[in-house]
Amino acid sequence: MIALPEPKAAVVARREAILADLARLVGPDALVSEPHCLRAYETDGLAVYRQPPLAVVLPSTTEEVAALLRYCKAEGIRVVPRGAGTSLSGGALPLADAVVIGLMRMNRILAIDYADRVASVQAGVTNLGITGAVSTQGFFYAPDPSSQLACMIGGNIAMNSGGAHCLKYGVTANNVLGLTIVTIEGEIIRLGGTHLDAAGYDWLGILTGSEGQLAIVTEVTVRILRSAEGSRAMLAAFRSNEVAGACVAAIIGSGIIPVALEFMDRPAIHACEAFAHAGYPLDAEAMLIIEVEGSPAEQEDLMSRLGEIVGRFDPLGLKIATTAEESAAIWKGRKGAFGAIGRISPDYLCMDGVIPTSQLSSVLHRIGEMSRSFGLAVANIFHAGDGNLHPLILFDANDPESMAKAEKFGAEILKLCVAVGGCLTGEHGVGVEKRELMGVQFSAADLEQQRRVKSVFDPDWLLNPSKVFPLGATPPVIHAA
Amino acid sequence: MMAAEAPSDEAGLAAQIAAARAAREPLLIAGNASKAPMLRPVQAARTLSTRNLAGITLHSPAELVLSARAGTTLSEIEEALAAHGQHLIAEPPDLHVLLGTESAATLGGTVAANLSGPRRIAGGAIRDHVLGMRAVNGEGTAIRSGGRVLKNVTGLDLCKLIAGSFGTLAVMTEITLKVLPAPERTGTVAIAGLDAAAGVAALAAALGSPYAVSAAAYLPDGAAEALPGLAGLAVHPGVALARIEEFAPSVAYRSERLAAALGRFGAARVIEDAESRPLWRTIRDALPLAAGLAESDAVWRISVPPSQGPRLAAAAAAVGGRWFLDWGGGLVWISAPADEARHRSITEAASAAGGVWTLLRAPASLRPGLTALPPLSPTLERLTRRVKAAFDPAGILNPGRMYAGI
Ligand SMILES: Cc1cc2nc3c(=O)[nH]c(=O)nc-3n(C[C@H](O)[C@H](O)[C@H](O)COP(=O)(O)OP(=O)(O)OC[C@H]3O[C@@H](n4cnc5c(N)ncnc54)[C@H](O)[C@@H]3O)c2cc1C
Repeated sequence: MIALPEPKAAVVARREAILADLARLVGPDALVSEPHCLRAYETDGLAVYRQPPLAVVLPSTTEEVAALLRYCKAEGIRVVPRGAGTSLSGGALPLADAVVIGLMRMNRILAIDYADRVASVQAGVTNLGITGAVSTQGFFYAPDPSSQLACMIGGNIAMNSGGAHCLKYGVTANNVLGLTIVTIEGEIIRLGGTHLDAAGYDWLGILTGSEGQLAIVTEVTVRILRSAEGSRAMLAAFRSNEVAGACVAAIIGSGIIPVALEFMDRPAIHACEAFAHAGYPLDAEAMLIIEVEGSPAEQEDLMSRLGEIVGRFDPLGLKIATTAEESAAIWKGRKGAFGAIGRISPDYLCMDGVIPTSQLSSVLHRIGEMSRSFGLAVANIFHAGDGNLHPLILFDANDPESMAKAEKFGAEILKLCVAVGGCLTGEHGVGVEKRELMGVQFSAADLEQQRRVKSVFDPDWLLNPSKVFPLGATPPVIHAA
Repeated sequence: MMAAEAPSDEAGLAAQIAAARAAREPLLIAGNASKAPMLRPVQAARTLSTRNLAGITLHSPAELVLSARAGTTLSEIEEALAAHGQHLIAEPPDLHVLLGTESAATLGGTVAANLSGPRRIAGGAIRDHVLGMRAVNGEGTAIRSGGRVLKNVTGLDLCKLIAGSFGTLAVMTEITLKVLPAPERTGTVAIAGLDAAAGVAALAAALGSPYAVSAAAYLPDGAAEALPGLAGLAVHPGVALARIEEFAPSVAYRSERLAAALGRFGAARVIEDAESRPLWRTIRDALPLAAGLAESDAVWRISVPPSQGPRLAAAAAAVGGRWFLDWGGGLVWISAPADEARHRSITEAASAAGGVWTLLRAPASLRPGLTALPPLSPTLERLTRRVKAAFDPAGILNPGRMYAGI
């Protein structure tokens, strides 16, 4: 298990006084302090780590967030921002001496402009809530994490979240035009707007994916897009991971960029089929879900081009949906994948490493070998077009030995990803989970430069501490002219 | 005479910067200096150029990635991509005619200026496609951020800060970009006879259609003169142009549907591939403004909410300027005789419209006195100075290039 820092004893000792101050700042009904209520916030999507916080506050306005941060900075209190708590890397894990600032009450849509194709919302609006607000006009918000029903746009900004359709439409960072942020000093800053390419240094770019290290996001302006005329999915089954991987390369090489290109290996196919009865091919070693968009005739044209390419790879089966229902059926198993794995194993760790796609079959082969030597099963589901793997390691959290092995196995997979030219995380973030692996990917100088940027915004390192950066280093001091 | 160094490897470049840092001597950072007229002039006795850090180091077409040293020219990269049927997604412009410099923009300079062309509205900015980079900070330390894979959220994304920082934070030595297959075919739907308000409304309808329009521009008749594909069209007062880039059958289908959907704005002409391509290159490189530009003119590139484009056009016309709109109305190119009063009215109009502006060129005598970017609020100025200090504590990299005194 990864260590959490020693709580500041002086802060914990002052808990009662701090609670009174917080209640004064946001009102007693926005303060959570009873131990049984704090339990609801003790973990996130990485449920093997649990730690109730000192307190939780649920501000309703940007000004309240500013007042809270000003107070915490003055008192030297650590702060953990929180959206829906679906982080898979322990990004929202509390600390015993930290105040959790939950954004869920800031859940209003502020403005929608179809002529300029933008929507402004508060940070606690869910990802799907944005699409829901604009879908009657035929528009959508593109990044679509599988957690989109629950996760919030503020959390998406913090994690730079992606989704199954980001091969075509990009990740969160590519769809953000403006942010309202609050610094640890309690200053409210509006960045960007409703135009493209904000001037000056790229504040939007550095904040997106900063995992709550730099500031708290309270409002977000995103681009909204007009939906395509229609979409259709295809399912192709293959005899080996190698062949499926070669097929992915051939598709991309042909000039077709499908809106989605998802890969599942044999264990994943079996788990999802048992759960969702989606009609997946149980005799296949690997399968691809490929989605295209356009008018019915365009879909037909693309499907026939894709069918021709898939045909060159000796497929075990090829199913082209002819109706929206058939497309939904093809997606059903993939969308329920996490639930499906949850049914066959008491616990699982979801890794998120990325590899150059040419390394696909050799990496899957190595993961298979590791699975046998650790004695833990693994199912692979991933975004094939961009090489973002999601190996799901199955283990039993009630068995400390199984848990320790799973963590070691996960770390070995991520080191392998880096060794073949990839990275530790493609969309779930470093969080607490991968903090100590940062040195595998970055040199001391690379990390020091990142730490300095952290210090630019948060000189005392009070925001979401013990995440992202390996513990132990002293915060750099910035002397600006 | 300015001393110029052009090391041929990263270690040499780092040594130059470390020496300058020790001597507290400012450096002017350049590739081939094709964008030297942009923003503010730098007061430095020495120039450090990346032009000898050249060459493509990786192109893996099936993985959609390309890496090149910072001094590699864009044209070399575009040729290498085209040989595999691929292209740069952001469609970066070649501004040498507009800026009156030598043609040979480098990758490093283009990323440092975060310059993107017409496809920006559909495919993202060039900064969005930077997957990773190597760079040397103001202490002479080589750093790496990002990598060579298509998705990466590991740690703080320093690439985002460095791209668009005009060489003021670190000197890029190698950049890895996401690239994509080039479209099989392009086609452009043109509707002539529209004023700016109607033209931008037509573009908003096009961009709000399900046909995946990849570029949308409006040109008043003066600027539309001699554009490919418009011969015989009664342009006055202006023409709206919307581009489709797809496989051939889709271009045919979508341009026909789009023309029909825009029918309420006027009769549409569909410009076929052979003319559509040079048409958008002309717009990309702002050639409609470059033609007839005088030494004494200034040029502004302004980004506003698209619906505000016509308002900026009116502000340009009011001071005797020439203009045209890209990005569905959201990118306003303006040229006008340079003086402080015109600079003020144009930049104030940009701010009032909720947008930002960049001074692309102005006569040398005026440049030091003009703000080249919107002034910073006190909080953002403090953050800007702190970020600068975090990368370049001695302030030796391109001081004053973006903001006076930073
Ligand atoms: C079943 C499941 C499927 C998932 N699928 C995907 C997927 O397909 N793609 C993907 O990218 N992710 C996926 N995730 C991960 C997760 O949903 C995303 O990281 C999501 O963006 C987190 O949003 P949240 O609101 O839950 O944030 P939280 O988990 O509450 O917080 C995440 C991080 O953001 C910080 N934070 C939250 N709000 C703010 C704010 N307003 N200002 C500053 N910092 C803030 C927190 O401190 C924390 O570090 C999945 C998770 C689950 C459980």
